[in-house]
Amino acid sequence: MSKLDKEVSHEQSQAGLMEEKYGFQFDLEILSSAYWQHKGWYLAPAFCTWLRMAMEDPDRRTEVVLLACGSFNPITNMHLRLFELAKDYFHETGKYKVIKGIISPVGDAYKKKGLISANHRVTMAKLATKNSDWVEVDDWESCQSEWLETLKVLRYHHQKLLSAGVTNSLQDAGPITKLGRKRKQEPNSHEPIKKKNQSQAVKSVPQVKLLCGSDMLESFGIPNLWKLEDITEIVEKHGLVCISRAGNNVQKFIYESDILWRHKDNIHLVEEWIPNDISSTRIRRALRRGQSVRYLVPDGVRAYIERHGLYSADSEGSNAGVPLAPLQKHLPEPSQPLSS
Amino acid sequence: MRKCSLKGRRMRSRIPVILLACGSFNPTTNMHMRLFELARDHLHQTVLPVEVAYIPRFPGRYEVIEGIMSPVSDNYGKKGLVSARHRVAMAKLALETSDWIRVDPWESQQDTWTETVKVLRHHYNEALRAFQSKKELMRNKHPTENSAEDSLSCQQPVLPELKLLCGADFLQTFKTPNLWKEEDIKEIVEKFGLVCISRAGSDPSQLIQESDLLSKFQHNIFLVREWIQNEISATQIRCALCRGLSVKYLIPDAVIAYIAQHSLYTATRAACCSLSGCTAQQ
Repeated sequence: MSKLDKEVSHEQSQAGLMEEKYGFQFDLEILSSAYWQHKGWYLAPAFCTWLRMAMEDPDRRTEVVLLACGSFNPITNMHLRLFELAKDYFHETGKYKVIKGIISPVGDAYKKKGLISANHRVTMAKLATKNSDWVEVDDWESCQSEWLETLKVLRYHHQKLLSAGVTNSLQDAGPITKLGRKRKQEPNSHEPIKKKNQSQAVKSVPQVKLLCGSDMLESFGIPNLWKLEDITEIVEKHGLVCISRAGNNVQKFIYESDILWRHKDNIHLVEEWIPNDISSTRIRRALRRGQSVRYLVPDGVRAYIERHGLYSADSEGSNAGVPLAPLQKHLPEPSQPLSS
Repeated sequence: MRKCSLKGRRMRSRIPVILLACGSFNPTTNMHMRLFELARDHLHQTVLPVEVAYIPRFPGRYEVIEGIMSPVSDNYGKKGLVSARHRVAMAKLALETSDWIRVDPWESQQDTWTETVKVLRHHYNEALRAFQSKKELMRNKHPTENSAEDSLSCQQPVLPELKLLCGADFLQTFKTPNLWKEEDIKEIVEKFGLVCISRAGSDPSQLIQESDLLSKFQHNIFLVREWIQNEISATQIRCALCRGLSVKYLIPDAVIAYIAQHSLYTATRAACCSLSGCTAQQ
């Protein structure tokens, strides 16, 4: 390890410690200006570049796949924003690289009040993600005849990536030596500068993280809705990315739960500065009242809803009085409380 | 909109309304366009008598026939305002899929900043001109069979009303000393009218009660509550763009593409908001 490499990793670990101590992430520029004061002006630009290279080197960044489970009844601009916010967040840490987003609408067997046919919900989600180059819809969960726990969906997608990863690594056998060449880096560009003679490491399996809003996280506390061991495995083995509004109670919720607190490093909290409360419930309400939902849901989705006459007072009444599938399933066993 | 089955109702003609929104539109966001949609829904559900107010799709007193977005001219002097040429182009792209809202570049083409009341007058005169030529046309035509579809064609065209579409913060500015001329406020609320969109938490009706002038013309000030919170401030959009963050699903894709193509809002850090967290208040 060269001397400068040592310096870089030292500064990175310092940044990590500072992060833990003060609870916020060090901005690259603040860090480099601190370095500037410390080590002298002639080293600062080099340090900047090295740190940028270290942080943005794709081979050093952990690959992440974001999985969002939910009713998507219908999908709204807010759902889509969750993905964008999470991706930006992970990118800014310099440690992760989001490679894919998956929308997995729940199956009809969930029996939620007002839930319309999975066919429609999947189609609308596909229309919504038509113009996205990284977010896609997966209908495996929606095709199951019985309701599936979220953990099972996570495991399924993790397994799927595992098999795909095995296939890929078999195809490009052996490390590839890439000749590096320094590309001119534009401001705000995130193109990595490849180091000379760097061998391409065999890629590890990307991590699948559950993407959600604070409502889902807080639903962990609803009795009988989640199995404690499921929650544990989700935060321990996979990870959670929770998008919430400024001034929310999520941190308090995590603090009050032993399990969540233990794995808080694997629970990423992303603050959403632009207030965006476009919930599906509100969309359905507006539609029942003949009000416009333009610019709240993608145009293709709005047109589809109109064409098929989805979401009326009748559709909202479906599954009324029917207990939610997870509550049905978990009823026989007494549930342990999430917070002790 | 589906037509109501009550025959008597159909014979009564609705007052055509044109909505005008003035602003920087720097850039146009989904929220700007939501304002129009909310205002239209509200006016369409404004009826007399009040007993029928909650019947959905009941033909209301007004019919919103047009929406106009009027970006301010460059010499407004606001910080971070990109050229009017771009702002008008972006508004056009944003409104591509709308069949009733359009962007009008008149205000942006003026040499000096134009007071809101003058912009209202200009667009009203244009609407009047169109109305008068339509009247001429109908006078010269042979009377035709009443079409079952159009309740207006069997009668003389009704004089349109032009209303200013704004947020509650605009209403607040009336209170700022020396910002407005009393006679301008009077003209706006008396001759034209306001459609004021406020977010779920706030209630501007108190503001109106506190002002003699506004309460006198409160019948011409329409307060619309935006229950689905969606406060996409253009300032925050610019901040996000400056920092290379995504604004997808907050502003139309076509506008994002335009911004990238013309490298707008990529000013140096100095012109952008503070580094450590966006607390844009502008």
